Amino acid sequence: MVEKVRVRATLNGEPVDFLVAPYVSLLDTLRDELGLTGTKEGCNDGNCGACTVNLDGRIVDSCCVLGAEIDGSTVETIEGMAEPGKLHPLQQTFLEEAALQCGICTPGFLIAAKALLDKEPHPSENRIRFWLAGNLCRCTGYDKIVKAVQKAAELA
Amino acid sequence: MTTEATKGKYNVIGTRPIRHDGYDKVTGRAIYGADIKLPGLLQGAVLRSPHAHARIKSIDTSAAKALAGVGAVITSADFPGSHDTLIDLGEGAINFRYASNNVMAGDKVLYKGQPVAAIAALDKNIALEAAALIKVDYEVLKPVSTVLEALKPGAPIVLEDLEGQDLGEKIDGQTNQANHIRHEFGDVEKGFAEADIVIEREFDTAMVHQGYIEPHNATATWDEEDRITIWTSTQGSFPTRRQTAGILRVPDSSVKVIPLEIGGGFGGKIPSYLEPVAAILARETGRPVKLLMERTSVFESTGPTPGTWMSAKVGVKKDGTITAATADLRFDAGAYPGSPVGAGMMCVFSCYDIPNTRIDGYDIVVNKPKTAAYRAPGATQAAYAMETVIDEICEKLGMDPIEFRIKNAAKEGTRRADGPIHPIIGAIETHEAAKASDHWNTPLEKNGPDGKLRGRGIASGYWFNIGLKSAVTISVNEDGTVALTEGSTDIGGSRASISMMAAEVLGIPAEDVRPHVADTEGIGYTDVTGGSRTTYATGYAAHDAAQDVVVQLRERAAKLWDVEVDEIEFANGSYQSKSDPELRLTHKELASKLGSTGGSVVGSASVDPEGAGGAYSTQICDIEIDPETGKTDVIRYTIVQDVGTAIHPSYVEGQMQGAVAQGIGWALNEEYFLNDDGAMVNSSFLDYRMPTSLDLPEIETIIVEVPNPGHPFGVRGVGEVPIVPPLATIANAIYDALGIRLRTTPMNAGSILSALEAKK
Repeated sequence: MVEKVRVRATLNGEPVDFLVAPYVSLLDTLRDELGLTGTKEGCNDGNCGACTVNLDGRIVDSCCVLGAEIDGSTVETIEGMAEPGKLHPLQQTFLEEAALQCGICTPGFLIAAKALLDKEPHPSENRIRFWLAGNLCRCTGYDKIVKAVQKAAELA
Repeated sequence: MTTEATKGKYNVIGTRPIRHDGYDKVTGRAIYGADIKLPGLLQGAVLRSPHAHARIKSIDTSAAKALAGVGAVITSADFPGSHDTLIDLGEGAINFRYASNNVMAGDKVLYKGQPVAAIAALDKNIALEAAALIKVDYEVLKPVSTVLEALKPGAPIVLEDLEGQDLGEKIDGQTNQANHIRHEFGDVEKGFAEADIVIEREFDTAMVHQGYIEPHNATATWDEEDRITIWTSTQGSFPTRRQTAGILRVPDSSVKVIPLEIGGGFGGKIPSYLEPVAAILARETGRPVKLLMERTSVFESTGPTPGTWMSAKVGVKKDGTITAATADLRFDAGAYPGSPVGAGMMCVFSCYDIPNTRIDGYDIVVNKPKTAAYRAPGATQAAYAMETVIDEICEKLGMDPIEFRIKNAAKEGTRRADGPIHPIIGAIETHEAAKASDHWNTPLEKNGPDGKLRGRGIASGYWFNIGLKSAVTISVNEDGTVALTEGSTDIGGSRASISMMAAEVLGIPAEDVRPHVADTEGIGYTDVTGGSRTTYATGYAAHDAAQDVVVQLRERAAKLWDVEVDEIEFANGSYQSKSDPELRLTHKELASKLGSTGGSVVGSASVDPEGAGGAYSTQICDIEIDPETGKTDVIRYTIVQDVGTAIHPSYVEGQMQGAVAQGIGWALNEEYFLNDDGAMVNSSFLDYRMPTSLDLPEIETIIVEVPNPGHPFGVRGVGEVPIVPPLATIANAIYDALGIRLRTTPMNAGSILSALEAKK
């Protein structure tokens, strides 16, 4: 057995301290070691964005980062997006605009869209489409996702 | 927005409430198939064939079994003997023997990626390590990948025991032709003789994948009583139960399928791949086993839609009347018989009223994964052929393509080429709405920026929609809310549409219905979420179950007031006495009295409705092509569709937009790219390259509502017909831009550049 690595990080605003084998991806670390299954696997090779999380202010495909790499970092996942009892505006507009069908890509889109609006509160439609091009959705045709992001930007 | 047909008619239908499962899905709480955790869970892996066609001479699993941490290693020898019985999956059927070999190969592998062994181990990495230790001795055979090659004399034979059929006659000797069927009506020779213009063209389309983002998964336990429990993402819990039980040769009732949330399917999550394998691994280890499929295997080993060779011939008079049409549709079924060619035949001419028709359909096995349903299976390919020929005819006639379609449109009473007479349908209404659309009435500037060339295309499509079996129960809570239990797994908002229909009947808000998707022991048999049937048939059951609740609540009111039941009427959400206007209770008030009048009220219904209504869509698209690179950008897209009644218009629009996006990918880019060994070489999202948000424009939707008389609220079904026209729509737009007709998909940058070169 390979020796596990100790990792201390901030996850959704709370300190975490855990052991993980050095070859385990951040995606599997979140899902299997830390019990946060809201982050989804679509391809496990960095091409669909379903596993998008925010790592130190940047969005990454968590399947392409090792769990051991987040030592000392701050990670935000879908589970940390809403405040208790109150959805993030993007979560609310995704619901109002019917911006999800099966929902498997939704956590990744929400994390990616939040990173955009945190950086640029009023992006153009083309900017939204460009920013979200790393997240695949096969159900919606993206139309309602783009509109939900636009609506959340208007509310801000 | 309420649409025109539903305005003022309903209280709940036509509104846009937040879907009931939405909160769980935007917060990451929703539990999908891969998210399940059980005590003592083992992880599995599947070893798959690297060859597209090979005989398995031997499999040595001893080294894998000896690896520390491995619980079990299985091959087809661990499966029960197979049997020849046809399983109806709702959208398509498959023989159990083939289904069994498809989940675990017997003595031959028929496509790259076919499972040959499976492992359960303490973790995923041990399982993968064990898989690498399994030695399979293959005798590699020459593969055959296309329908035309497969039909040639001397072609490699995919299934040595296949009994091929041709127009009802058994084919002598070995063949790859599983079947050839024909629909013939009128006299096509006479019809073509009457025509002033006859056009006949040939087409090739590439195999494409449904492309759902969630890979397949299954987790199983097998207990001491030989009861099997499966947790999975499936389009149909009961069809999964039937497939699993059939492959394992146990009674259906020995298998319980617990559906978890499903991350897309589009037809591809009707077949079972991992469930029987996980069950046998669980039997061998005595522990729960979870199997998760990798993306590569999703492409290489699960149901794509067929590649085809097709021809279509249409004759018209100078006035634009179609006199005859023939089509020859040859679909690759993949490794086992059962392509959707029959459905393609039902749809190919069904936008039109044509007096003389002949349609030939061939189901052909090749060394590719067994095809599965993909959204209006077979109809998209067929429409690509028919609707591009129609476009050519309209150009020759100098006739407006919408006027041509209206003139020849199928309508109530028209005989469909395969026999059925159309009931009330909305083909003409759909064309009229397209004609009135802003898009059609806004001229396109043909010259784009930087030398780019623009074109506009239009095409139509038909899908018949299906009914099939659904069950619903509704129990009334004392606070007036109701719990609705159904068996249709929810891929795109069907909990909402089904709940809304129950709410409409009961006179309560949509939010007062709490929908629950039950497992196979929690509700009556329910067919797949597919065939555009869920809102139609499960909604029908919800309507009937809600009516049952109303009947029982009337009885309670009669009991309360000590009057005859006939005295009680139900209107506008209230129960009241006909003779005494003082005696009146709302649904909520009456619900609060259930405890003292006999306990909870439970309504139920199990339906198998016959009145599914066919649907039409007409689509308009503007594209811009860079002649330097051959790249096509879709710059405007409008979809018009008759949906019968839009229950939740937002999710109706979502189905329309999503299908168009898939159709654009299919038209312009997606394909199974095979090497000379018959192996798919682009089996990743990077190389398969589905459309991203940046590849697509806004997709404008126009909902047409011609209510279906075969449904209490006029529902037709929404999910499939929108993917029928896009290939032809885009091909026609490419012609308008470049003067080049492409009859092979994908119509990608390379094929456009080659065509431009050839034109010079």
